[in-house]
Amino acid sequence: MREIRYFEALNEALAEEMRRDPDVFLMGEDIGLFGGTFRVTEHLLAEFGAKRVRDTPIAEAGIVGLAIGAAMGGLRPVPELMTMNFAIVAMDQIINHAAKLRYMFGGQLRLPITLRAAGGGGTQKGAQHSHSIESWFVNSPGIRVVIPSTPSDAKGLLKTSIRSDDVVLFIEHEMLYSTKGAVPDGEHLVPLGVADVKRRGSDVTIVAWSKMVHEALRAADALAVEGIEAEVLDPRTLDPFDWEALHESVARTRRCVVAEEGWRTVGVGAEIAARLQERFFYELDAPVQRVGAVDVPTPYAKGLEQAALPHADDIVRAVLKITT
Amino acid sequence: MIPAADQVEMYRLMLLIRRLEERVAEMYSEQRIGGFTHLYIGQEAVAVGAITALNHDDPVIDTYRDHGHFLARGGDPRRFMAELFGKATGICRGKGGSMHLADVERYFYGGTGIVGGSIPIAVGLALACQYRGDDRIVVCFFGDGATNQGVWHEALNFAKLWSLPVIFICENNFYGIGTDVRLSSSLSEVHKKASGYGMPGFRVDGMDVLAVRQLCEEVVKTVRGGAGPVLIEAVCYRYQGHSMTDPGRYRARAEEELWRKRDPIPRLAKSLVGDAITTDERLHEIEREIEAATEDAVAFAESSPDPSPESLYEDVHSERHPGDPHA
Ligand SMILES: Cc1ncc(C[n+]2csc(CCOP(=O)(O)OP(=O)(O)O)c2C)c(N)n1
Ligand SMILES: [Mg+2]
Repeated sequence: MREIRYFEALNEALAEEMRRDPDVFLMGEDIGLFGGTFRVTEHLLAEFGAKRVRDTPIAEAGIVGLAIGAAMGGLRPVPELMTMNFAIVAMDQIINHAAKLRYMFGGQLRLPITLRAAGGGGTQKGAQHSHSIESWFVNSPGIRVVIPSTPSDAKGLLKTSIRSDDVVLFIEHEMLYSTKGAVPDGEHLVPLGVADVKRRGSDVTIVAWSKMVHEALRAADALAVEGIEAEVLDPRTLDPFDWEALHESVARTRRCVVAEEGWRTVGVGAEIAARLQERFFYELDAPVQRVGAVDVPTPYAKGLEQAALPHADDIVRAVLKITT
Repeated sequence: MIPAADQVEMYRLMLLIRRLEERVAEMYSEQRIGGFTHLYIGQEAVAVGAITALNHDDPVIDTYRDHGHFLARGGDPRRFMAELFGKATGICRGKGGSMHLADVERYFYGGTGIVGGSIPIAVGLALACQYRGDDRIVVCFFGDGATNQGVWHEALNFAKLWSLPVIFICENNFYGIGTDVRLSSSLSEVHKKASGYGMPGFRVDGMDVLAVRQLCEEVVKTVRGGAGPVLIEAVCYRYQGHSMTDPGRYRARAEEELWRKRDPIPRLAKSLVGDAITTDERLHEIEREIEAATEDAVAFAESSPDPSPESLYEDVHSERHPGDPHA
């Protein structure tokens, strides 16, 4: 299989879906002439023209609002918010409108919107530009949350998201854009709500998504040296969540560590840990452990930033705590 | 000159809204209707004048004060009342209530409970019209208070920037809840705000349904012709409180009395009969028909079933997954 980078995989997904369906169009800041701040929309303006690759004002709430209206009007918008940090500016349109209108109107509408944005920290951009806030959206019914870790998942999930008739928040990761991975040739779709085992193991299940999958895999390598075989489970979509796959894995390993880049307090990991103890309290060999960011705003200085964000060694420590 | 039949229909619609809402008020005090309920009484001429100037497939979008626009669009009084009663037969299956009426079959994209929230959505609807190259136009209703929201600015900028077919209709009733527009807006003559976007802005007497209709017909023509967005400020007055729970202490009685003298319904009745467009008898007949329709709507709502327990889990997404909540 050929190897391409994460941003190239996303670019392919967009181009293929735009060729397939004339109602698919992009809008966002600097996505056209500039090619996208993370190069995801590179060359698309040239192929599809300004009607379908629309540079917008810096107006995130407006961008999401327009996407909602366009979807009501029968189109299939794929707005880009540049980063998750700016999604915060558009929260009312995302949560109060995109995620609620279909339900409030008794199912009269379909809102096929795929809202793309880059999340994550680790590049010394400080507290306002380093958010991992997927938990906010998972906590709000009415919006799907997709968060791929590899080029292959990124491409397959983006294509499925665009074809979905529902509102999808598609969270990319700033530090993954240039990572390479094998991506199948030809049509490649990954279903929503289906987790992927990124590494098989029998001693402990590490649940991780986005960039933390790579930290988890590094941790698993280190643990293997100690004779501990960790399974790395990547849910790939946080809503819908593949509880079945998680249950199947934990039923085998009887131990679980959840690793996320977001803050630990009331994070997605808290929900996973709670559900696991509800179901497996007597089968578990140890309490579910959570790895996440320290509950402080993300600092700028490299050393401080690294201390705030979770890494492979934090995962190793959490696993050792419940296996030895 | 607006055709005679249209004028009579406008009278019928205004009276239908008025009578249905009077019943809504009663039902609310009897606790048959819950939540927030905002009456439109006094402002009927704006919805009716504007919506009857449109084609049936021109999208319309709204605020929480949405009864009038829903009914002016031809929404079913039965399903309207049933929605307010929270019944399965309601237009939104009992999931929306008073503030969130939508009737997508009639291109009415509903109310939002968030002040200003629907304005950028209206612009998106207009983008869809332009994108598909059809000649439909969008009308977006909102209050004076909404023009101070951030999304109002973003939406008007987008609309003009991309020359989108949308008419923004601000119903300036001088208050946002209890705050006078002069205390909330740097420019309380809202239509003047259009100039900041290089957009035409018009002001019309929102208590005169014929004036609203006339202006909207002209504006609809230019917008449909591709001239870009327009802002209309319809000056009007709500006769009731902001919502059913508003004692209304912030307004002078004299001011209220003054506006009651300009009630758009008797005003139209007078000119309809005075100009021999129709007869007093016909107007009474309409009144009787509306009374019957109102009773019928209440009876329908009362006798309708509650939403099924399973419906709680329906309509969140169009595709359901195993991990989603279920019965
Ligand atoms: C974003 C937001 N802020 C505050 C409110 C509470 N609220 C509901 S209606 C209203 C006044 C709106 O006034 P206006 O836009 O003039 O509309 P009117 O009620 O007069 O029709 C306020 C402040 C809200 N619903 N949404
Ligand atoms: Mg007002």
